[in-house]
Amino acid sequence: MITYIIRRLFAAVVLLFIISAATFSIFYLVPRLVGSTPETLATRYVGRAATPETVHLIAEKLGFYDPIWLQYGRWVKGIFFGADYDLGATVEHCPAPCFGYSFITKTPVWPDLVDRIPVTLSLAIGAAILWLIFGLSIGTLSALRRGSFLDRAAMTFSLAGVSLPIFFTGMIGLLVFSYKLGWTAPGGSYTDFTESPSAWAYALLLPWIVLALQFSAQYARLTRAGMLETMGEDYIRTARAKGLPERDVTVKHGLRAALTPILTIFGLDFGLLLGGAVLTEQVFSLPGLGKYAVDAITNNDLPKVLGVTMMAAFFVVIANLIVDLLYAVVDPRVRLG
Amino acid sequence: MPDGQAFLEVKDLKIHFPTDDGLVRSADGLSFKLERGRTLGIVGESGSGKSVTSLGIMGIYNKRNSQISGEIWLDGDEIVSAGQETVRKLRGNKLAMIFQDPLSAMHPYYTVGHQIIEAYQVHHNVSKKVARKHAIDMLGRVGIPQPDRRVDDYPHQFSGGMRQRAMIAMALVNDPQLLIADEPTTALDVTVQAQIMDLMHDLQAEFNSALIVITHDLGVVAELADDVLVMYGGKCIEYGSASTIFERPEHPYTWGLLGSMPRMDRPTQDRLVPIPGSPPSLINLPQGCAFSPRCAYEPQTGGLGTTVPPELVRAGGSNHLVRCHLPTEERQRIWAEEVKPKLEAQ
Amino acid sequence: MIRKSRALVAGTAALALLFSAAACGGSDDADSNSSGAKPEFNAALSKVFNPSDKKGGTIRLANAGDWDSLDPGETYYGYSWNFLRTYGRSLLMFKPTPGAEGNTLTPDLAEGMGTPSDGGKTWTYKIRQGVKFEDGTPVTSKDVKYAVLRSTDKQTFPNGPAYFEGFLDLPEGYKGPYKSKGVNTDQAISTPDDQTIVFHLKTAFGGFDYLAALPQTVPVPEAKDTGAKYKEHVIATGPYKFETNNLGKNFKLVRNEQWDPATDPNRKALPDAYDVQLNVNADDIDNRLLSGDLDVDITGTGVQPAALGRVVGDPNLKAQTDNPLLPRLWYTSVNPTVAPLDNIDCRKAVQYAADKVGYQTAYGGPLAGGDIATTILPPMIPGYQKFDLYPSADGTGDVAKAKEHLTACGQPNGFETNISYRAERPKEKATAEALQQSLARVGIKLTLKPFPQGDYFSQYAGNPPFVKSNKLGLALNGWGADWNDGFGFLSQIVDSRVIRETGGSSNTSVRIPEVDKMLDTAIAETDQAKRDAQWSPIDKRVMEEAVILPGIVAKSLIIRPKTLSNVFVSEAYNMYDYLSLGVA
Repeated sequence: MITYIIRRLFAAVVLLFIISAATFSIFYLVPRLVGSTPETLATRYVGRAATPETVHLIAEKLGFYDPIWLQYGRWVKGIFFGADYDLGATVEHCPAPCFGYSFITKTPVWPDLVDRIPVTLSLAIGAAILWLIFGLSIGTLSALRRGSFLDRAAMTFSLAGVSLPIFFTGMIGLLVFSYKLGWTAPGGSYTDFTESPSAWAYALLLPWIVLALQFSAQYARLTRAGMLETMGEDYIRTARAKGLPERDVTVKHGLRAALTPILTIFGLDFGLLLGGAVLTEQVFSLPGLGKYAVDAITNNDLPKVLGVTMMAAFFVVIANLIVDLLYAVVDPRVRLG
Repeated sequence: MPDGQAFLEVKDLKIHFPTDDGLVRSADGLSFKLERGRTLGIVGESGSGKSVTSLGIMGIYNKRNSQISGEIWLDGDEIVSAGQETVRKLRGNKLAMIFQDPLSAMHPYYTVGHQIIEAYQVHHNVSKKVARKHAIDMLGRVGIPQPDRRVDDYPHQFSGGMRQRAMIAMALVNDPQLLIADEPTTALDVTVQAQIMDLMHDLQAEFNSALIVITHDLGVVAELADDVLVMYGGKCIEYGSASTIFERPEHPYTWGLLGSMPRMDRPTQDRLVPIPGSPPSLINLPQGCAFSPRCAYEPQTGGLGTTVPPELVRAGGSNHLVRCHLPTEERQRIWAEEVKPKLEAQ
Repeated sequence: MIRKSRALVAGTAALALLFSAAACGGSDDADSNSSGAKPEFNAALSKVFNPSDKKGGTIRLANAGDWDSLDPGETYYGYSWNFLRTYGRSLLMFKPTPGAEGNTLTPDLAEGMGTPSDGGKTWTYKIRQGVKFEDGTPVTSKDVKYAVLRSTDKQTFPNGPAYFEGFLDLPEGYKGPYKSKGVNTDQAISTPDDQTIVFHLKTAFGGFDYLAALPQTVPVPEAKDTGAKYKEHVIATGPYKFETNNLGKNFKLVRNEQWDPATDPNRKALPDAYDVQLNVNADDIDNRLLSGDLDVDITGTGVQPAALGRVVGDPNLKAQTDNPLLPRLWYTSVNPTVAPLDNIDCRKAVQYAADKVGYQTAYGGPLAGGDIATTILPPMIPGYQKFDLYPSADGTGDVAKAKEHLTACGQPNGFETNISYRAERPKEKATAEALQQSLARVGIKLTLKPFPQGDYFSQYAGNPPFVKSNKLGLALNGWGADWNDGFGFLSQIVDSRVIRETGGSSNTSVRIPEVDKMLDTAIAETDQAKRDAQWSPIDKRVMEEAVILPGIVAKSLIIRPKTLSNVFVSEAYNMYDYLSLGVA
């Protein structure tokens, strides 16, 4: 088991390096290949009135004249040993892990990422709790009352939930619940949990619901299919024959087994969300990793894009690893078999 | 208990499932009695309705997609008309069940011990510790070595025979008065089958419970049963004591079963007299006698076989019932002169 | 150019319709306005709407993007210059007054306007007594000098305007106070005493007062300067200072106790605080403005397409908007380097054949798009004169005239050429298509050539060799001035000397030596009235050559929430004057 974990961790690190090299190439090498010069790359970091001299200076300062592998090497070195950046009046040391430095906002990327994780985490955890509760219970009820009105209504609803994009449900939600009825917080009102738990929950309530709506729908369908399968298993009949109350039969025996494949999907979904719930954060102006990524891309801020990409990749890789390990915990046959 | 009523008494039990294709009559008017300490074997091919009958007695059926009627009296209480909760409390407690294929019948995610403890705790308000002690004790009694260690194993870590023992332990943990075993040995190899049958026999004697063994294998019945009920097409077609059924069976179907019975005391495993054809669909039972399309003696009924459903009537032996259009003498003659010698010649 | 439009993710038309249907109740209580002023369309365009002297309250602002920089030395957005006056005081400022007067300069940190000498090569300003930084230190001329010098370090502040290093007589190889420490810069800026600052220019510049109004003259105390990080805590001289500043997220301004109203005749400083959120979803900003959850969309570029449908369809909502004209011209360069457009008659044929109404429609019509332009100068530039050298009855073009000129050009059946536009801009694509259609009426066949906007000027439409070899006869273009003045508007687009063979200039088509001379004369003129009178003739001269096809002067539709008092559109920034707002 231990060697398995170590092997998986090692593979994860290698994977992250491959991702970083690929991402770096996409943003720094591909433009070169299609004809961009160090100067045209540097124009992203200067004002429109900049003289060619300014552009040259900036291209030089950002190391765009160096070979691409050297630039990548510098970036990797920064992760392990930190890097120094000239601010004019002062020199700023960006301590390890230094995932690059944004020359547009003049800030190191890493503290930004760390700063934004709690927002995304708050959003993801809250939404996940909601969607697990709703998705699993609706899916279970649907499976138990298969073909009933409730089942059909729930499945129609979930089809709608899966198909409606978040920017649509989010905007409608804001318009109706925040601006017309005033029940929920308007966009952009995120407050840190540490500052005020109630304001935090108030601001996140609608995003949670909107995000959970989409996932609940998907999870209801998954749960329903899983429950229909497991409730036909022999061990369910055994559980009934033991005289277990139907609730225990359904939850402890049926749902428990149906949950295993859902756990895998949940791990991946959650990992992806931690990398940034892009649409939700954009619609509700939540300063999380997803919004960060969108803003970075809008502003052509490559170090930030690179940093947030790595962060997202990290979460997905880690989520994958955790799911694999959890699988062994959940299913004893995997663990010992 | 009213006078004259047996410990278990099933009267005109019908379990039907309405489907889009028509009504599935899995059990269609079954009646039988069983006393404590005695064993009833219910025999039939798969699809004859025997498993549904056992689940019906256990009260495990979905009211939303099945229709059940008739009476089941257990120790003076009627079960069919009783509330679900009442039956649930009996289930696993006063009446318990052992299933075939214990690998799929036990939950793969819980330890064997957990599943036995759960079965005990649901009917006994005791601490987990007490229940666990009980479970280990029970595992020991069904012959599992080192039960205090194996109690924490998962079903897939057990061998097939051990799993069946664990299954039995789980069924017996609440000292049931009625035990239903559904194909308890089917998934096991021959030597283990014998061990399990011995075990069940011993345990029944020890607990003095009533036992229903459901099987397609007359060998098992021969080993365990006092009485035998042969089912075909959802109906009882022959009923009698084990000796009657094995010595003087009167139904052509029973003859067929006996003919296809593997004999442990014979070296040859050939099934010399297979029953031609396949069991009828429970939706579209043949007109007249359900067995008529497969019955070699149907021409001797004078057309009755394909037109009129036969009644369950007294047969030659005492307490012996049979559902057949052939005259009693004719049945006895065919058995004695045609079938029995052929079987013995095998 | 500077006031970049920040059109983010635009909603679809279907979404817009749905919103207008789903939320038509947004204006239920439009009549219950307690402050007495009746909202109507364009009510704050040239006068103060809901005037008030009531102090207190917090104004809530939101920006769909990030602030380019809060550092006065590097910021280069109109909205930022507008807002910066709340915390910084430059030597001069635009008057916070409605109407045309708002586009005139007035002394702020300085006691009076600049005094030119040496024929406009030397400019002297006197700084007011008693102005202090937020920490109580008095502001001296040296702080202003330092601020201007540091802004010339383009390696540290690459995004800021580059006028000072262009005009000031800085020592050879001077790289700003960080890298050229201890270098004597008195030849460029001298400070004879704490109240006097003198700028020495390489060439005469009559409009230097406009440079003195740039945020780059907002004083920076050298001791508190942290270079590129100074934007995290700018030391205030205005009535407000930074209480919090979370880069990329939000910041809050509160009253600066060290600000003395006696030193400041321009600022009312009504609210107690400004609360600014950054990177807010653009569509959400519109909804919050309409619902009263937000006071100001700070970029001032107008509503998103989704809200536009809602506002236009609801008279109550429309009454809460203003529709100012912007100092931005959407135009098409007609390149005389590409045959047969080297022939003036062929260029005139293009001018006559073009359908300006189609141009306007492509940009969103009269409300969200703008007004049809016949000149290069927009109307708000002082000295603007209306004329139309290539008139047509209803703005849809004059086909007969166009054919006449085609014949004169020797191409009676028309000709073929290409038109370039920025691939990411659907409005430019629509414009190119509209031109394609209208020019086809006279046989001029256009082939559409989209290019990526990031390299549009450096590699494609602004790169003369590329233009010539790829026969980009027409190139869609746009321009907005750094400030509303003829120099600011014209110099980058009609001066042939800004064209670089390596690419990167907005001017690609105007190479008229006479115009270059006219510009030099006008720029050196220190008398404003005389100077302003020279811009329109330049405009006309360029139009005579038919190398620029003016399309439209842009307009924006901005929301004026009921929560605000003292609202008016600044003619200098062409959005609400953020310095004058109060809470209703």
